[in-house]
This record gives sequence, structure tokens and C-alpha cells, in this order.
Amino acid sequence: MIKKNAGRWLCAAWATGAVLTVMLGAAGPTLAKDALNIGMGLEPPHLDPTAGAAAAIDEVVYANLFEGLTRIDETGTVRPGLASGWEISADRKTYTFTLRDGVSFHDGASFEASDVKYSFERAMAEDSTNAQKGLFEAIDSVSAPDDGTVVIALKRPEGNFLWNMGWGDAIIVDPASADGNKTNPIGTGPFKFERRVEGDRVQLTRNADYWGAAPAMASLTFKFIPDSSAQVAAVLAGDVDIFPNMGAPETLGQFEADPRFNVIIGTTEGETLLVMNQRRELFQDKRVRQAISHAVDKQAIVDGAMFGYGTPIGSHFAPHNAAYVDLTGVAAHDPEKAKQLLADAGHGEGLKLVMKLPPPRYARGGGEIIAAQLRAVGIEVEIVNVEWAQWLSDVFKGNHDFDFTIVSHTEPLDIGIYTRKEYYFGYDSAEFDAVMDEIKETADPEGRTALYGKAQQILADDAANVFLFQLAKTGVKSSKLSGTWENAPIQANDMTGASWQ
Amino acid sequence: MLGFLAHRALGMLGALFVASLVVFIVLDILPGDPALLMLGIDATPEALAALRAEMGLDLSAIERYLGWIGGVLRADFGTSLTYDVPVITLIQDRLSVTLPLAIMSFILAVVISLPLGLFAATRQNRPGDYMTMGFSQIGLAIPNFWFGILLILVFAIQLQWVSAGGFPGWEEGWLAALGALMLPSIALAMSEAAILTRMVRASALDCYREDYVRTARAKGLGERAVLWRHVLRNMMIPVLTLMGLQFAFLVAGAVIVENVFYLPGLGRLLLQAIFQRDLVVVQNVILLLAALVVLVNFTVDVLAAWIDPRPKVLR
Repeated sequence: MIKKNAGRWLCAAWATGAVLTVMLGAAGPTLAKDALNIGMGLEPPHLDPTAGAAAAIDEVVYANLFEGLTRIDETGTVRPGLASGWEISADRKTYTFTLRDGVSFHDGASFEASDVKYSFERAMAEDSTNAQKGLFEAIDSVSAPDDGTVVIALKRPEGNFLWNMGWGDAIIVDPASADGNKTNPIGTGPFKFERRVEGDRVQLTRNADYWGAAPAMASLTFKFIPDSSAQVAAVLAGDVDIFPNMGAPETLGQFEADPRFNVIIGTTEGETLLVMNQRRELFQDKRVRQAISHAVDKQAIVDGAMFGYGTPIGSHFAPHNAAYVDLTGVAAHDPEKAKQLLADAGHGEGLKLVMKLPPPRYARGGGEIIAAQLRAVGIEVEIVNVEWAQWLSDVFKGNHDFDFTIVSHTEPLDIGIYTRKEYYFGYDSAEFDAVMDEIKETADPEGRTALYGKAQQILADDAANVFLFQLAKTGVKSSKLSGTWENAPIQANDMTGASWQ
Repeated sequence: MLGFLAHRALGMLGALFVASLVVFIVLDILPGDPALLMLGIDATPEALAALRAEMGLDLSAIERYLGWIGGVLRADFGTSLTYDVPVITLIQDRLSVTLPLAIMSFILAVVISLPLGLFAATRQNRPGDYMTMGFSQIGLAIPNFWFGILLILVFAIQLQWVSAGGFPGWEEGWLAALGALMLPSIALAMSEAAILTRMVRASALDCYREDYVRTARAKGLGERAVLWRHVLRNMMIPVLTLMGLQFAFLVAGAVIVENVFYLPGLGRLLLQAIFQRDLVVVQNVILLLAALVVLVNFTVDVLAAWIDPRPKVLR
């Protein structure tokens, strides 16, 4: 009796299993030809690029949904955006922008000069929560003489002004919808907000009333997949068509051999640094900083922590930039010289220092390798792993309680951070500050290039930090997809040119 | 029974109060500034101060605690610091993934383990028993996230029957939604079923050894009646307690499997909120989970009292 009964139970269990299997089959994925699924590792907190620093916000909305007066393209060149053109006064302190005609916001409101005035004044206001308020620092006043013209007066010439206006933090919003942009973004771009499922995805659809050329894609779906093995599975299963920044570089090999996929290796604006806290007396001695620079083998870190993806650098500048100077020779790997410099500085008996590492693999993986390299020259490193929240409060702000940290500075053209006296690494050089001031006043490209070269040289000679490598952009896309960015001059996933072959 | 219920209800409230205090204090001690995280490394001090005021972080700890509890009592759970949407909608959205997932895995685990455990118990020390226990040992040894990855490899990548993860949402139709939850629920159910099978078998064996079973058999009751009337009822109390624990775990502890299948569940919401220092979300989600565990325990106690109404469980 029992036997029979148990058998029946089992039958029921297996039958349930069979039903489940049938249902699995019924829920297969479908792929329309004009839809694009984009995978991202980090989820944006909200969707308003004027109220948050998270790169993930721009990676969804920049160029796709929101537009600024200018825009930055794949090569890092400044192009006209909502302004079709501009005139710069002789003293380079007045910019007159001509706005495009017939532009409207996604809610139907028309785009006018007053919107530009409103957007910039909102970003500059006292209670503004713009994460890049510094972009607007040079602006003295914004005026709108007529609907199609904006005149911006600067306090002083600002060589990067047009570039600054191309950032996601400087996009143009409409007064009526600005406060709701975090959850219901209303922009002027070729795609408009459809819906968001927090923790899963953001969907955008084609804006039929777009002022420019209509995009090939009818819809964009950004899917957020933090786990690196789940990212690989999602690409292999066809759930996402492009994953511009994959979490684990060692997984790229399996895509290279597969004709269904293209591996994209591009450059980013991320200068990865071994930061030395120059508020510590020890690191105010240039010989100590130089010793540590010579002790570190950059290529070994790129190979060991980043699977070979990344370019060693010698100063705080991106190799793909026209003004880049190769200074990797200044602090070539030379443990003997490092030991000598340490002995000269009076630390021949060795040092014991603390390295605080944020979560990214370049930091956690790179930190282990650097600790071993420093041990070889007599420096014992205690590694302390911290989360971003803790890194920001303990290392970046607050008491700056660290000796070393590793971090990638991903803002474009951010060499100017070395002029900030309150900045967390505490670098201070009057010579460098003078060069940077000169750059701000210099408009001609050749003069600027020369000055940027000079600035890079000062940082390298000073061993201001250990400049490790330029972070690579390692991604995968469907081989049938074209028109997407290879490099990332700004943190964005501009899908306006993407199309299926 | 009424006194028992009142007593338990008071205990529940006390537990929730303590949980709220512990959560708040721990979060207050935790280093990290939500405003700084939101605005990043280039933020100006004024922008940070403005955001802190907007987030209510410039108030004292006591003011913030009272504000939170006062809100909860009025069913107002506040607004997420990072997402800028009401916490209650966030939790509802996540529960619409996590609860069905927990219920599906729970049903699956029960449907597998009850018959298997009873089957093994009735065949103690015979091949059927050894096989069942062998399977359960394997089920225990396999980590659920690894089993999940295996399922993805077979059903999503090789066969391409399902997506590798994600959740389309219930508005895309219940079939699509259930389909997305199928693999994760199997991955989650596996080890739960393995544990439960062993528990069912052990409890059933204990009951079979009891005098009342011998008496029942002696008075000529068939094996089926012995199982249904005597064994099943008596063995259910320890099994029920374990089931309660397992259900609470499935709701609160599925975060690793949620990550493997990138499901927008409650566990991932909590994890992300901790990293983002979204204190409002963390506080309320933990309070909700505490309430849920308390509620599940309460239900188990009531069920146990109903199955076995002898006074000892009414303590």
C-alpha cells in the first residue's frame, strides 16, 4: 500500500516537472530587427544627469535622451548639438550660440533660448545639486536676447568652454519638467523615456518628432547585470546585443573565437593611479615618491590584473589625446634605483604603509601586485579593502586617512585636479599651477598642446602620483550591429547611430 | 488560545522594535555619506550641503529615528535617496518578483521532498532509501548559485529556450513572468528540497518507532491509514518549523541567485541600497524582512498548535 502511494506522489512530482518544462519552452525570447538591448554592469540611481555623478546615468541618457548645446562625439571632438553654431568674441569672453529651429521636448514643450538660460542658472544656483558645478564656474551671466539666440558672458576666457557644454551635466532641460527628470526624464533627444523597472532595465523608444535624422533603432533597452558571469551568460544567450563594458576581461577570449560576436577594445578617459597621500610627511619627500614610482612595474599590473587590457602611462593624460606625451620612461621599472632613493631619503631600513582599495578589479587586483612589488624594495604594505561609500568618506573626504590608494580618474581631460589644494592627494606645485592658468588663457590649439605637454612633464618629473595605466574599454557586441562607439571619450552609450546590418 | 495569540502578538511588536533600533544604530555607525556617493568626487561643498539638506541628513540621529518610526506607523515609508521614488513602490515592485519566486521554490521543494522523504522512510536501509539519501546529499553539496549557472548554460545558452535572466514584469503576461522565474526557483528549491527530504525522512522514522504506531498496526490498521492518520500528523511539527525557516530564507536570502539571474528581487535591492548608503531603503527593507520572519514564525506556531493542540506548545 505504501509503495503504491509513494509512487503516486512521485508521479505527481514528475508531472509537475514536465508542466514546468513545457512552460519554459513557451517563454522563449523574441528579437525584433529594430530593437536594441544594451547591457550595463552598474545601474543608474536615477535618470537626471544634472543631479548625480554616477556614470551610469549618462550611459543611458546622454545623446540618446538628453542633449546639450554642444555634444562630444566618438573621437572626443566637440560638435554642434542644440546649438547649430556659435560665435566667440575677440576677447573670448562672450559666446553667442545660435539655437536650432523646430526643436521640442518629449512632452511637446518647445525648446527656446529661455530653456538654456533656465538650465544653466539652475545648475549654478546656490541650492543646485549638480555634481559638476565646476563646469559652469566660468560663466558670469546667461541671456536670451531672442528665442533662437543665447549669449553667455564669461568671467575670464575658458579654453574648454565648448567642451564643458558638451558634458551630460550641462544638458538642457525644460522648466516645467526639470524636477521630475529623475524618474521621468524629458529631453530633446532622438529617444524618449518609455519605462523603468528599477533593478532590471530602462526602456527608451524612438522620438517621432526628433529635429534631426531619425535613429535606426525603434527602441533601446538598457539591462543592468552586475554579476560578471551573468553578463557573459546574457550575451551568449542573446539577451543583450551589446555589452560596452564587460566586468571580467578574462571572459573576452571566448567571444573572440565566436563569429556571432565582436570584441570591442577601446580607450577610456580613466587614468588609473597609485595615489600617494602627500598630506603625509613621508610623501612630501620627492625621493620617496620617485622611489615608489620606480618600484612599480606597470605592464605587470596590466597583465596580471587586467588580463593585458590597458596602456601604461607616465603622467595624468590619456594616450589617445592629441596633446599626449609619452613619459613612461621617466619612472621606468627599476627596483635597484628605488632602493637607492629610499636609502638616500633615510628609509633604508624599510617602511610599513597602508593601502586602501575600493571595489573595482583594477584596484583590488592591482593592489595585490603592487604590494608584492613594493615588498621587493623593502616596503611592507597592509591592504585594507573598502567599499565606495567608505572610500569617499575616509580617503577622498574627511581626514584623508590613507597612505596609498588605487583609483581610476575617469573624468575627461581632468589634469586640472592637480591644482586643487583641498584635493585628496594633497599635491601642491606653483610651477604646475602657473602652466594650468596659462592654458585657461590660451585659445590656439598649438599653444594649448604645448602647454599640456609641459604640465604632463611637471607631474611626471615630480612623481606626483604613480601613473599606472589608461583603463581600457572592453566590451562585446553582436557582429550584426554597427554604428556603436569603440572608444569612450566621455562616459556615454551614444546609440543614435546604431543599426542592424 | 486567545491569550496565546495576544502573548505572541506582543512578542512580535517587541521584536520589531528591537530590530528597528539595531538597524538604525548600525546604519548610523556605518561610514559613508549618501550625498557624497550621489554627487561624486567633483561635487562642490555647497552642492553637497544642498543635497544633504534635501535628503534630511542634516537632522540629528534622534530626529531621524523618530521621523522614520513615525512615518512607518502612518504607513509612510519615505522616499529612496538614490532612486527618488517612494520606498513602498520599490518594495512592492521587488516583492512582486521575490514573493512568487519564494513561493514557487517553496512549493517545488515541498512537492519534491515530502514524497521522497516518506518514500525513503518506508524503505529504511533498502536501496530506495540509499538512493534518495544519496540524491539529497548531492542536493546539499551543490551550491544553489552554481546550480543556477548550470541551468543557464543548458537552458539559456545551449538550448536557448529561456533568457539567461532578468524579469519582464507581470504586465508582459503571467506566462512570461513565470517563465523567467522558473530556472531561479529550481536552483533555489534544490538545496531546500534536499534538507527537507532528510527532515521528513527522519521525522517519519521517529514516528514509525512510536508506541501509537505499533498500537495502530496491532489493531489492524492498514499501512496507508497508519501513514495518513498517525505518522503524517505527528511528524509535521518539526517539518513545519523547518519549512517556516526555509520560507523566510527564500524571501530574504535569495540574493546570490537573484544576482546570477539578475532578477530585480528584494535581496538585490537591499544589497544595492547598502552599497549606495540608501539608508531609507535599507531601514525599511530590513524592518519588512524582520516583520516577515516574525510573521512566519507566528504562523508556524499557530499551525503547530492547531496540529497538536496539547498545552505544551501553548507555553
